[in-house]
Amino acid sequence: MEPLLLYGATLLTLAGIYAALTLGLNLQWGLTGLMNFGALGFVAAGAYTSALLTAPPSAMHVGGFGWPWFLAWPLAALAGALLALPIGAISLRLRTDYLAMATIGIAEIVRLVARNEDWLTGGPLGITGIPRPFESLGQPWGPVAFLLLVGAVVALLYAMAEATARSPFGRTLRAIRDDEEAAKAAGRNPAAFRLQAFMLGAACMGLAGAMLAHFFKFMGPDALDPVTATFLVWVMLIAGGSGSNRGAILGAVAIWAVWAATDWLAAQLPGELATRAAYVRLFMIGLALQLILLYRPQGLLGTGR
Amino acid sequence: MLEVINFYLIPGLVLGSIYALAAAGLSLAYGVLRFANFAHGELMTFGAYAALVAVGLLGISPWAAVPFAIAATIPVILLADRAFFAPLRRAQPAVLLISSFGVALMIRAVVYFVWGPTPQGYARGFTPPLLWEGLRIQPRHLYILAGALAAAFLVHLLLSRSRAGRAMRAMADDPDLARITGVPVDGVIRLTWAVSAALAAVAGVFLAIDTELSPMLGFNVVLAAFAAAILGGIGRPWGAALGGLLLGVAEELSTYPWIGEGPLLEPAYKTGVAFAVLVLVLIFRPQGLFRGMN
Amino acid sequence: MTLLAARGLVAGYGEADILHGVDLSVAAGQVVVVIGPNGAGKSTALKAVAGLVRPRQGSVRYDGQEIAGQPAESMVLRGLAYVPQERNVFPSLGVEENLLMGAFARPGAAREGLARAYALFPDLADKRRDAAGSLSGGQRQMLAVARALMLTPRLLMLDEPTAGLSPRFCTLIFAKVREIAASGIAVLMVEQNARPALAIADRGVVLAMGRNRAEDAGPALLANPEIGRLFLGGAAAAEGEG
Repeated sequence: MEPLLLYGATLLTLAGIYAALTLGLNLQWGLTGLMNFGALGFVAAGAYTSALLTAPPSAMHVGGFGWPWFLAWPLAALAGALLALPIGAISLRLRTDYLAMATIGIAEIVRLVARNEDWLTGGPLGITGIPRPFESLGQPWGPVAFLLLVGAVVALLYAMAEATARSPFGRTLRAIRDDEEAAKAAGRNPAAFRLQAFMLGAACMGLAGAMLAHFFKFMGPDALDPVTATFLVWVMLIAGGSGSNRGAILGAVAIWAVWAATDWLAAQLPGELATRAAYVRLFMIGLALQLILLYRPQGLLGTGR
Repeated sequence: MLEVINFYLIPGLVLGSIYALAAAGLSLAYGVLRFANFAHGELMTFGAYAALVAVGLLGISPWAAVPFAIAATIPVILLADRAFFAPLRRAQPAVLLISSFGVALMIRAVVYFVWGPTPQGYARGFTPPLLWEGLRIQPRHLYILAGALAAAFLVHLLLSRSRAGRAMRAMADDPDLARITGVPVDGVIRLTWAVSAALAAVAGVFLAIDTELSPMLGFNVVLAAFAAAILGGIGRPWGAALGGLLLGVAEELSTYPWIGEGPLLEPAYKTGVAFAVLVLVLIFRPQGLFRGMN
Repeated sequence: MTLLAARGLVAGYGEADILHGVDLSVAAGQVVVVIGPNGAGKSTALKAVAGLVRPRQGSVRYDGQEIAGQPAESMVLRGLAYVPQERNVFPSLGVEENLLMGAFARPGAAREGLARAYALFPDLADKRRDAAGSLSGGQRQMLAVARALMLTPRLLMLDEPTAGLSPRFCTLIFAKVREIAASGIAVLMVEQNARPALAIADRGVVLAMGRNRAEDAGPALLANPEIGRLFLGGAAAAEGEG
């Protein structure tokens, strides 16, 4: 019973972290039409921030400062938003595809910094000893309590995202997304609204990064890769239905379940085949995205954007 | 001075000419198809590995394998276009962008599956550099420069002198008007993909000759190619090529110790130069460097 | 002999219909001018014939064949040439390259087409290497018309060819339209510049609210006091400007 409980808790915790990420992307793309192909950068900003603030002091990098998680997580969200500020201020006026390239660029820069600035990030060795909340409860209740915490954060983000979507602010965002000229004529400043939405989404991603770091109890340049931190999130959002917060969560859980199940299946294969199966999985996820775009572009619960 | 030329400027020009080929293909496809093809880097990778197969099977040099790389890469993008892009032709560019991202992943998965993650090289013996009046250049660098120049010349001929090239430029200018004029739109799109993929394949093989083959070969430079394409005014292949050349030289020169003892920029951050240039161009000249200059 | 006969065209964009049953017919060598207030459906009627808007109902018979709903790119080879109102040249291509695009469907006819184009519009010959984007509005319009004539169409459709042009160019364009018709080509032209257009028209068609409102010989429409009052901005001025 206990291994199953632990496995389930792990699966759901990661699904919850992905749900937070997907909610952030939905704020940016689904609600506002901002194409962010660099979620990894904002996840990393949050992850490293929380890691440095909460880890025990180390000779390998600045800090850690041994803070409790509940003080560090808001700052992780802030770190994501702050990283979004300059990139957004520069490129939000521009076309969708330029923003997509700029966000890929910032994600790559963040990876370069993480790998090379040992004094800050511990370099390739990363930051170790990040405490996981409720660890003292032992197995299996510690992981379960952490899962509940992640679930509570997702619920909070969902409530905030829904409130945002319904607020005058959210209505303006949709108006700008659908018809920028009309929104301008109505006296709105699209750039300012977009920047706020972009930063809000990036804050969600930063928070997701923090949760990830505490779940892994480690953060290093190889802990994040563009396929799982950026691409998978896009598949989740599009599968769930961009524009819908419930769709974002549903997509995150469903796609993560498929991803984890195929991971488990692949692991059952003997040695060489197991590695190759991972590539088949990569191919299938790309194909799945194509099929959704072709046959169900509105996703499971989407608004048809 | 010679040191700068030998160890920074020449490698910069070589890297720049590879960027130029990649960016020109990207820009060409953008002009006609109206979306940024994120799978362009993976096309480069695929071309490089296709050449590896030809080298292995036929025992030829990687230079001679370039036609095989081109022939293998063109069907990949035509297939992707037919299966995924064509049905979305009327969708917003953003949807096509996401779709091309998916295609990139699929090609990358195939490369990993077939050739594995370990970097490889086209078997190559040591060749001494050519020396002339203190200048030194690797023979392979000379060939890459010559090859890039030849490719650029061929594309220029195609675009400016041929009927098909004129149709491509007309499509880039105004697809609706081209349709009214009786241009077979689908045929021109296929031709555009073919030329774009051919340029990607050549760039991929050249890059693999200069460095080594890895499944991330193309992805690692695609951002620079995008930056070069935007630098040159996206949709304009000549501007893109010039942008690529500039970027390659800027990247190499950024690591020269211009001030003090150490390199101006740590070599680890060299790839960041492309991004920095991208950001600067986006701020100051989003229409590209050369628009309005001729 | 009627070359084009459109009957009962119903067409529009998205959900809304703009045309609610429009008839148009043109004979070889004839100039037919379509006038009417903004939103009457003049341009839409032209696009429906040119294959750019698919008619929901009605027929388009051209040279005895039904062509309604055929793709726009197939029209050139049938001998129908269409010149949109705006964006009707390829700006980054040279003048001669634009003309060559007009002969794209039959490259063999390019040389002869160029000679005719330069004979009809000598101004273009001096600018053959210039980018079309660098031309003035009037020169662009001439280039667009010349491109449409490259394959010697049997029917030339012009959507407001004088929009935004100086009076000098308007006069020139209308004169060229008569010259083109004199060579046996049927011309179907939508115009806001109603008075001078009707003055050169063999027939005028008045559209309003997506329906035919009146049809008559050009001069007869100009002389009709009701048409003058409703569609030409006052009957009194009718005789004076003509």
